[in-house]
Amino acid sequence: MASDALLFYAFAAAAVIGALLVVTQRNPVYSVLALIASFFGLSGLYVLLEAPFVAVIQIIIYAGAIMVLFLFVVMLLNVPREDAAEWDRSHPLYRPGAVRAVAVLAILMALQLGWALSRTPGMSTGVAEDRAAASSVADLGVKLFSGAGANGPGYMFAFEVTSILIIIAMVGAVVIARKRED
Amino acid sequence: MSGIIAFLTAPEFIAYATLVGVVFMALQISAAVMVYAERKVSAFMQQRNGPNRVGPRGLLQPIADIVKLFFKEELRPKAADAFLFSLAPIISVTTAFLAFAPVPFGAPTTFFGLLDEPMALMIADVNVAVLVIFAVASMGVYGIVLAGWASNSKYSLLGGLRSSAQMISYELAYGMSLATVVMMADTMSLREIVGQQSGYWLGVIPKWYIFPQFLGFFVFACAGIAETNRAPFDFPEAEQELVAGYHTEYSSMRFAMFFMAEYINMVTVSAVAVNLFLGGWHGPFIPPGYGWIWFLIKLAFLLFCYLWLRWTLPRFRYDQLMSFGWKVLLPLATVNLLLTAAGILYVNGL
Repeated sequence: MASDALLFYAFAAAAVIGALLVVTQRNPVYSVLALIASFFGLSGLYVLLEAPFVAVIQIIIYAGAIMVLFLFVVMLLNVPREDAAEWDRSHPLYRPGAVRAVAVLAILMALQLGWALSRTPGMSTGVAEDRAAASSVADLGVKLFSGAGANGPGYMFAFEVTSILIIIAMVGAVVIARKRED
Repeated sequence: MSGIIAFLTAPEFIAYATLVGVVFMALQISAAVMVYAERKVSAFMQQRNGPNRVGPRGLLQPIADIVKLFFKEELRPKAADAFLFSLAPIISVTTAFLAFAPVPFGAPTTFFGLLDEPMALMIADVNVAVLVIFAVASMGVYGIVLAGWASNSKYSLLGGLRSSAQMISYELAYGMSLATVVMMADTMSLREIVGQQSGYWLGVIPKWYIFPQFLGFFVFACAGIAETNRAPFDFPEAEQELVAGYHTEYSSMRFAMFFMAEYINMVTVSAVAVNLFLGGWHGPFIPPGYGWIWFLIKLAFLLFCYLWLRWTLPRFRYDQLMSFGWKVLLPLATVNLLLTAAGILYVNGL
């Protein structure tokens, strides 16, 4: 049990620190790498939740395919590193009013987060009943492709709607990227 | 404390640690053997002698190569990104070793009665092994891409860009050819997939998936060669166009790591192909306990095919590579997937 908690904190730290590095790096290539590290942390958390399938899919889809594309675009466009630039004081976001509004918003969100955490009754994973379903690929498939019924809410509708959305996005990308022949 | 000592001296632990060590060393040695085989096979195909000065028949040539690489000067371009320049070869070689972990290479054995329980001849028995190999293979490209970017040289950058473009184009077909075998076997564990390929159809034809899935094997072989950046898909390091591609600026052991990663990746892809399509350690004449001999024979044959292809076929043109990947291989893999699904439904009933 203790080793589980240790691993949880290690992976959680990797995920959070990776995410922080994404926004604090000046060099976009390092940002992409930090995001990959963050995804590996998430994947480790999935393994701890006894969902190896989701963990591996996380690596294949996000850390593998999507981040290769990110890296490809960053390298192809040769995005320059963001060195400490002169503050553009004329930008609307640097007006004192805007700064104060953002500060108030940040304090409000921090308070809300603290309030929500204070009401959480201890740390419970709450995945025990679905563990078997998540760990078996076949059960996961059945759950994904079944409609609402006796086995709880089905995910088929959401799945099909998502796939239509992705196809529309793909067709849109092809239409936009196509060379006009005139 | 005594608990730890008891754990460390248990026969299971010693056997497992030995297994890990043996696989690690075998992979390293396989890279050296492949270098020698590559030079000898290419020489044979070009009617030359090949290496024949160091040791009998040049057998010690790989050792001489390794010693040379160890003692060469480590060079790094001034404008290179120091951290990523060092990290890139490490990523390459780590993923290469990691990918072999879920690959079984023999029937469970007790090591001639040394163990009470038979132990599976594999490092990690994961129940989603096929996906793990796929995931680790998709990580390997980062080593090449980052090497290309960190070197800060245009040839390296072009090699890295080509590598990522090639990866994106061939990964889909690769994944689909894996999916057909997973559907037929109804499991993602490599151990169980191999287990289902024992026995014979009609008493003569071995139940290997290459026979019902020859299209799948073709797609897997093409995509596998493309994933390991071997000729005729060796665009990231095309000598005639890019000097040496992504490793142009590398020397000494960092270069050796890329080199080792390439050969170990070839071994891993061939081992996965043996397990998925050629029945793993199953074969006639050899008792099941010595199945790893069959595994090695099949592995050696596939590795020879790798060399055979490299020294026979010229490299594609870049647009041919892309159109082959997207317009031939991907549709072929999709059709094969649908046909297999329909066939399984027909055989098993709706």
